[in-house]
Amino acid sequence: MIMSGAVAGAGAPVQVTGRGRRSSLTRSRIRAAWLFIAPSLIVVALIAGWPLARTIWFSFTDASLDALGDYAFIGLENYLAHDDGGWFGILAEPDWWHSVWNTLWFTAVSVSLETVLGMVVALILNAAFPGRGLMRAIILIPWAIPTIVSAKMWNWMLHDQFGVINDLLLRLGLIAAPVPWTANADTALWAAVMVDVWKHTSFMALLILAALQMLPQDIYEAAKVDGVSPVRVFVRVTLPLIKPALLVAVIFRSLDALRVFDLIYVLTSNAKETASMSVYARQQLVDFQEVGLGSAAATLIFLIIALVVVITLAAGRVRLGEDPR
Amino acid sequence: MSRLIASLAAAAGLLATTSARAVEISISCSALGKEYEICKQGVDAWAARTGNTVKIVSTPNSATERLALFQQLLAAGAGDIDVFQIDVVWTGTLGNHLLDLTAKGQAVIGDHLPAMVETSRVEGKLMAIPWFADAGLLYYRKDLLDKYKRPVPETWADLTETARLIQDGERKEGKGEFWGYTWQGRAYEGLTTNALEWVASHNGGTIVDEKGEVTIENPKAAEALKTAAGWVGTITPEGVLNYTEEEARGIFQAGNAAFMRNWPYAWALAQGGDSAIKDKVGIAPLPKGGADGRHAGTLGGQLLAVSKYSKNRDTATDLVMYLTGEAEQKRRAVEGSFNPTIVSLYSDTDIARANPFIGDLVDVFSNAVARPATATGQNYNKVSTEFFNAVHQVLSKKSDPAQALSRLDRDLKRIKRNGWQ
Repeated sequence: MIMSGAVAGAGAPVQVTGRGRRSSLTRSRIRAAWLFIAPSLIVVALIAGWPLARTIWFSFTDASLDALGDYAFIGLENYLAHDDGGWFGILAEPDWWHSVWNTLWFTAVSVSLETVLGMVVALILNAAFPGRGLMRAIILIPWAIPTIVSAKMWNWMLHDQFGVINDLLLRLGLIAAPVPWTANADTALWAAVMVDVWKHTSFMALLILAALQMLPQDIYEAAKVDGVSPVRVFVRVTLPLIKPALLVAVIFRSLDALRVFDLIYVLTSNAKETASMSVYARQQLVDFQEVGLGSAAATLIFLIIALVVVITLAAGRVRLGEDPR
Repeated sequence: MSRLIASLAAAAGLLATTSARAVEISISCSALGKEYEICKQGVDAWAARTGNTVKIVSTPNSATERLALFQQLLAAGAGDIDVFQIDVVWTGTLGNHLLDLTAKGQAVIGDHLPAMVETSRVEGKLMAIPWFADAGLLYYRKDLLDKYKRPVPETWADLTETARLIQDGERKEGKGEFWGYTWQGRAYEGLTTNALEWVASHNGGTIVDEKGEVTIENPKAAEALKTAAGWVGTITPEGVLNYTEEEARGIFQAGNAAFMRNWPYAWALAQGGDSAIKDKVGIAPLPKGGADGRHAGTLGGQLLAVSKYSKNRDTATDLVMYLTGEAEQKRRAVEGSFNPTIVSLYSDTDIARANPFIGDLVDVFSNAVARPATATGQNYNKVSTEFFNAVHQVLSKKSDPAQALSRLDRDLKRIKRNGWQ
């Protein structure tokens, strides 16, 4: 966000003056603009640019965590290499692709559920009812708990022998025997989705609520006068109007979900079947001390996330363009 | 004037010597069961004796996570922890960051169990001192075996059958949560130790042999894994796929299981005052894999090592020598049932009174199976991770044993492609 603002600010004056010689006033303005955005640029470069550049650099080396200073440049070998008649490197690693699939699945399912539920919650909170302020504060509690804490908490609640969830379901007669939610790969990812939805629906709701509050009331009054059904009002008026905000919320959540680590790590440890991309990268980096390979995985995560954002933005814009009829 | 300078110098000298003598040492003790408490008593005794202070740094219960934490700390060259409690399979991995204790330890190292000393060395240099020995054991409920008139199982087939019988019987009497056998099945280092026992007891080798050859793809190993996969959901709760030592103990100690595979630490807790199964527990070697199999417990245990980055290496080494010394090992054996690594303590009468099974353990330790940490060196963690993941897939019925082992064989050979080092 800081970066895009800064770039726009710096780019604008240049475009205004065009190709001709810039006046001294413009030049001093540009200088002042750079001066003003320099602190944020430096901060961004230090906390995001430098680690990123270093990670990308390490991905072309055979560095090991054990002796970080001692490494050699090996080109693309961490990504893909042909050796002894076999392919090596991350791109030839089935585990990596499995973790990519897990992460994409997790992101798609959890963000979709959060969007739908968040929308419902936001619409309810948007209506005037007594205690609305309190309700808005309460709904934020799951979001305020650190993920590692809620993951651990849910891990115990989902425990097959001591967990409260199984106890509850057993007492209600919904299941005949305790379900080991986090032990089985099939239910473990669903458990992770559930905890994520529990935690982030309120975040989604809050962003959507903010958009709902900005909507001009006169459109709704006009719709009421015309006798349009509420469902039609929602689909034809509310949804198109909050779409930009919704898109931002979805991108935010997707970025977060694509990096998912703590939740899956706490719930299922290092199990291959449920590993996310970040879990995979961490395992290479820390458990196996392969800084080179781990950095290559981290770089790929960066690229995949960038790709997903671009696709989402493009998809959003295309549909926005078709809309006005 | 000169007197003033002299007294100032003397005062400064005094300050310097006291600060050099009384220092703070940080030690990482694990906190499984009673471990933290016993460790605290030990370091406090040393602190009282030497005038230094000791800070205990808490570490995660899962061994895999603990190693990751240590690797991060040491790779950064951090001197925050002076003394590390390390697992027997970590010496090779962490060796570059540890202080060579050969000079200080040479005099006493001959008293320790040879298998444990072997795990403390890297290329002939002593990088750690053995603290306590561990091996996988079978815990059983004496009262229930009597009730159902069954002997202690000799083979895995016996165990399966007896566990099933007791489980069915107890459930019929209304104990709906009763299970036959609990162990550690989470995808972590503990599963490697469990599965190695199944494989080795069937004479299926030790994943990678001493020469560094990958040996895991064999019919006996497949048979062992098939047996274990058959327990999940029948005599073992399916949740075992996410159990570590403490979850398994939770079920057994609550009186909800007939058998448990665990380390010796669970003995003192099972016999503790608040235990539901006090005086109803027995210990035996783990069963054999069939009549021609062998009893195989994986060798575990912990060593103490000093960080190369410690600011007080000598004092830290002194603490290590104290904690691994005979008196402290004896106290730990009596109060926490931690098995000494000093051979002569196995015939100590005080220890024998507190742990009646201690005499049998010498046999268990001499038959213990070592994980292939020496053969695979720096790559041990990768080998172990591939192994426990393959086993985890078999246990969760995602793949059949033969297929999983053939894939594991391929993956291990991939890791080995340029030799293990």
